[in-house]
Amino acid sequence: MNIVVCVKQVPDTATERKLRSDDKTLDRDAADGVVNELDEYAVEEALRLKEAHGGEVTVLSMGPARATETIRKALAMGADKAVHLHDDALHGSDALGTSYAVSQALKKIGFDLVILGSESTDARTGMLAAMLAERLGAPQLTLASKVEVEGTAIRVERITDYGYDKVEASLPAVVSVVEKINEPRYPSFKGIMAAKKKPVETLGIADADIAADQVGLANSWSEVVDFAAAPPRAAGTVIKDEGDGGARAAEFLASKKFI
Amino acid sequence: MTEILVLVDHVDGDVKKVTFELLTLARSLGTPAAVWAGPGYSDAAKARLAEYGAEKIYIADADEIGDYVAAPKAEVLAHLVAERSPAAVFLAATGEGKEVAGRLAIKTDSGVISDAVGVGEGFVAEQSIFGGGVNVHSRVTRGLPIITVRPNSTAPVAAAGAGAEEKIEVALSDAARAARIVERVVQEKGGRPELTEAAIVVSGGRGVGSGENFAIIERLADSLGAAVGASRAATDAGWYPHQFQVGQTGKTVSPQLYIAAGISGAIQHRAGMQTSKTIVVINKDAEAPLFEVADYGVVGDLFQIVPQLTEEIEKRR
Repeated sequence: MNIVVCVKQVPDTATERKLRSDDKTLDRDAADGVVNELDEYAVEEALRLKEAHGGEVTVLSMGPARATETIRKALAMGADKAVHLHDDALHGSDALGTSYAVSQALKKIGFDLVILGSESTDARTGMLAAMLAERLGAPQLTLASKVEVEGTAIRVERITDYGYDKVEASLPAVVSVVEKINEPRYPSFKGIMAAKKKPVETLGIADADIAADQVGLANSWSEVVDFAAAPPRAAGTVIKDEGDGGARAAEFLASKKFI
Repeated sequence: MTEILVLVDHVDGDVKKVTFELLTLARSLGTPAAVWAGPGYSDAAKARLAEYGAEKIYIADADEIGDYVAAPKAEVLAHLVAERSPAAVFLAATGEGKEVAGRLAIKTDSGVISDAVGVGEGFVAEQSIFGGGVNVHSRVTRGLPIITVRPNSTAPVAAAGAGAEEKIEVALSDAARAARIVERVVQEKGGRPELTEAAIVVSGGRGVGSGENFAIIERLADSLGAAVGASRAATDAGWYPHQFQVGQTGKTVSPQLYIAAGISGAIQHRAGMQTSKTIVVINKDAEAPLFEVADYGVVGDLFQIVPQLTEEIEKRR
């Protein structure tokens, strides 16, 4: 089975994240870059499926030069090879442009299964998997907490507000995962060393048949008008429980008309 | 005024509260037209949609629309966009709402804005990003604005609309039938409101200590008619089901009141609840970061404080 796992480098949520004042895009230099957390679960699931069914796991990442750090991490976990979709023309692409560019790269690579995290910690649109399925005409098996493959049949459990849905489709398919699905492995020292020798192919927009007028900030379907740091919340009251903490909290709720 | 399509969020024939919020928001910017996609449409649903201002109700109630993941609803909306040229499409910023919006954006070559907390003149959307740290205004520049709006961002206000019904038939493509839902498994606990649309959420975390102890969180929630949430530490430990997880990798909630007990408040959790209107924090550790965003905090033992709070609330009811 040919599995492509999409990973994104995002600013570490533990550091301060910013937008750039010049073009209002994400400031990727302001914070440490890390693998989008849910994408690590996607890599883990891809590796488990490969271990069970054979095949190959290819990492696909769209991003600037430093996204290679993220690619190396996925390779160190055990992926076989990687494709880095990297071109200045891609900078500032919105969800539509990103999904277009990634879908073109996926067509170029070829796949039986595409796996990615259900959302990124930076943009958090939660739309990329659905958009890829739409663009590729492939079944959308999203928000998966469990994935099973048998021959060309794929079954997932899809998390819903009321529990979960059991969903079935045929490969090739697009899967997004939630963190309940598994426990991502840590790269071993051997894995880290091996990752340095694994092939990473870099694709520019021409290599992946990506039309320049469908990507990049200038061709985005939406724009940031303005942004500002959220005003800090006014400091609240914090009391120490002296045996009447619950009652005093109730007083507060009553003063706000919640009870 | 031009129509704004509002995709109705419904489960088992019941219209979810977020739909009334979307209709209220749409009314301030145009003429709200509800779009019912899937089985279960009824006179009761019609009455509720009209009560909140739907001038028109487009009904695509073929059973099979509900049998597949996201794609059929996007096809229904794309059909209406082509036929009616609406000014915008609003959807709930739920897992499925966002996916339908994403697919619709591609089908109609339109921009999409996800997880808005407000929409103003010219369909400029307000978003709260980076865990509530930055407020952004965005707008769609190509095609029509497709905007998903976070539940609880707008107070639903009733205002009668005509509710003129119009049946529509949409022949689903094979691609829309690619991911079939073969079974729906309901795990919702008791008759509590749904987490993402509840006006009040009571959440428990690591400090709750066990699955059994979540009973005191549930009792507090029930005294307030609230939903129960859990931090990732609690769901990872198996103390509470995963679909109740609030946070960066779980549900985003924005209720009127959020009560967190035994949750220290790592960025992971804050990202999922920081836009709550009023926040109450109960934790034995005075240094817990969640106290920084609390309107009211109590430092102490949640096993003393939560039952006392529950008792006081019940006394006052």
